[in-house]
Amino acid sequence: MAHIFILFKREFAGYFASPVAYVFIGIFLVLSAVFAFFIGGFFERGQADLLAFFNFHPWLYLFLVPAIAMRSWAEERKSGNIELLMTLPVSTWQATLGKFLAAWSVLGLALLLTFPIWLTVNYLGKPDNGIIVAAYLGSWLMAGAFLAIGMCMSALSKNQIIAFILAIVVCFLFVVSGSSIVLDSFKGWAPSLLLDTVASFSFLTHFEAMAKGVIALNDVGYFILVTMAWLYAGLLIIEQKKAD
Amino acid sequence: MISVKNLSKLFGHFSAVEDLSFDIKPGDIVGFLGPNGAGKSTTMKMLTGFLQPTSGTIDIFDLSMARHAKTIQQRIGYLPEGAPAYGDMTTYQFLKFIAEVRGFKGKEKERRINEVVEKIELQEVMNRPIENLSKGFKRRVGLAQALIHDPDILILDEPTDGLDPNQKHQVRELITQLAKDKIVIISTHILEEVTAVCNRVMIIAKGKLLFNDTPLSLQKRSRYYQAVTIHLSYLADISGLAELEGVAEMEVEQKTGHVTLFPEPGKHILHEVTAHVQRAKLPVDTLFIEQGRLDQVFRELTTEVA
Repeated sequence: MAHIFILFKREFAGYFASPVAYVFIGIFLVLSAVFAFFIGGFFERGQADLLAFFNFHPWLYLFLVPAIAMRSWAEERKSGNIELLMTLPVSTWQATLGKFLAAWSVLGLALLLTFPIWLTVNYLGKPDNGIIVAAYLGSWLMAGAFLAIGMCMSALSKNQIIAFILAIVVCFLFVVSGSSIVLDSFKGWAPSLLLDTVASFSFLTHFEAMAKGVIALNDVGYFILVTMAWLYAGLLIIEQKKAD
Repeated sequence: MISVKNLSKLFGHFSAVEDLSFDIKPGDIVGFLGPNGAGKSTTMKMLTGFLQPTSGTIDIFDLSMARHAKTIQQRIGYLPEGAPAYGDMTTYQFLKFIAEVRGFKGKEKERRINEVVEKIELQEVMNRPIENLSKGFKRRVGLAQALIHDPDILILDEPTDGLDPNQKHQVRELITQLAKDKIVIISTHILEEVTAVCNRVMIIAKGKLLFNDTPLSLQKRSRYYQAVTIHLSYLADISGLAELEGVAEMEVEQKTGHVTLFPEPGKHILHEVTAHVQRAKLPVDTLFIEQGRLDQVFRELTTEVA
């Protein structure tokens, strides 16, 4: 545990030592506001909730989380630091968790800093704040799943740009598998079991309820499972590729 | 105590290390020599537990590296090739991070950092980001990182690469000081370094161990070992020199006019040579005993396998 915390501290400080974290948080705040107010129709809806804000999170994360995740292993390998890290008395899973938690905290911080929109909605009406907290937690959980995919892709390549693009592609598959574009193409010929399976892999499907503040065990379990599976895959890959 | 048996490492079909076996005892300062790409770094990476060998075993302090890597790594200090470090951290932050990972806390942590900083003279760069440091300082930060926990085994991959002659000297002094009851393994392709700091030489080429003995016996392999070289101020008859007892051969280097007398194996010919010089009143202005030319031995050994 102590090791994870030490690595977490280093990684977290690393995000703020370079402009990465500031740029990320800045862009996240601007884009989430743009989506909520202009595309989501925050005011026009005339409802005291943050659905217009949360609905766009999967699409925001699709591009932004890979940008945070791309450096995690790729940079470590490119600079040769991985040799240092892996010969310290630190195990690979401790390193993986330290990195994940640090990046996840940056994402959490970005989410927390969207509090003005929460103040706004409270000023304008009387929203159910329990729902909003639940939706925030759900969004953070989903961000973790995106992050785990991004880190796994970062373990695959020394090149951050390649890691970034791979992560977007894989994340995109996970997002759109529940959207009408994909599901419509399955409709009509595929058995409903297959249709449901494809849909059940989607971040959208699982986040939908969460954005409305419904924390169901299967949605939470899904994101935790996806996160752990991708983290583990990343761990196996980095064990294999660390010396390349 | 390091015990390596039949160590091999394949990368795909490329065999980087082939059937390496050796033992290293405390007090040994081992110099790993070899041309570039000989498998030095690969061997070191396996010794530190970074790479898993394709076959063969590494036992350190009677523990198997395959099963107890993390325990063993607590007792190893390692400077990887190129001295990587987290560039965005300052020297102090970096050393603090390493000390914490190595399990030091509070006062002990600060004491260790101060000690190593003093030893390696890093005071002036403590608060500068590592990415802004010169090559020499980067290397020294890497060295400090490897020493902070006072390891029993020190593995340094090209520790003096990129240092100026003063810094090289300093690092060599440091290594000899440290080495009293430790195992030190350094890789280098600077031959003088081996005779300067090591008490054991291993030469590796194409992944094979070609030589494993003291620097002296490496010198003895040279044709020039104990040969006597003289230079004359003006032309004189030197034919008598070749006839002396114990002299196997005489060579004259055309360009410089140096005359080298090679002894028969195991013979010392200095006495005979000086006696002859006096007898024949040869106008000698330079006379020295060759120590053995390592570069030539190195070339012979490493090109044999090519």
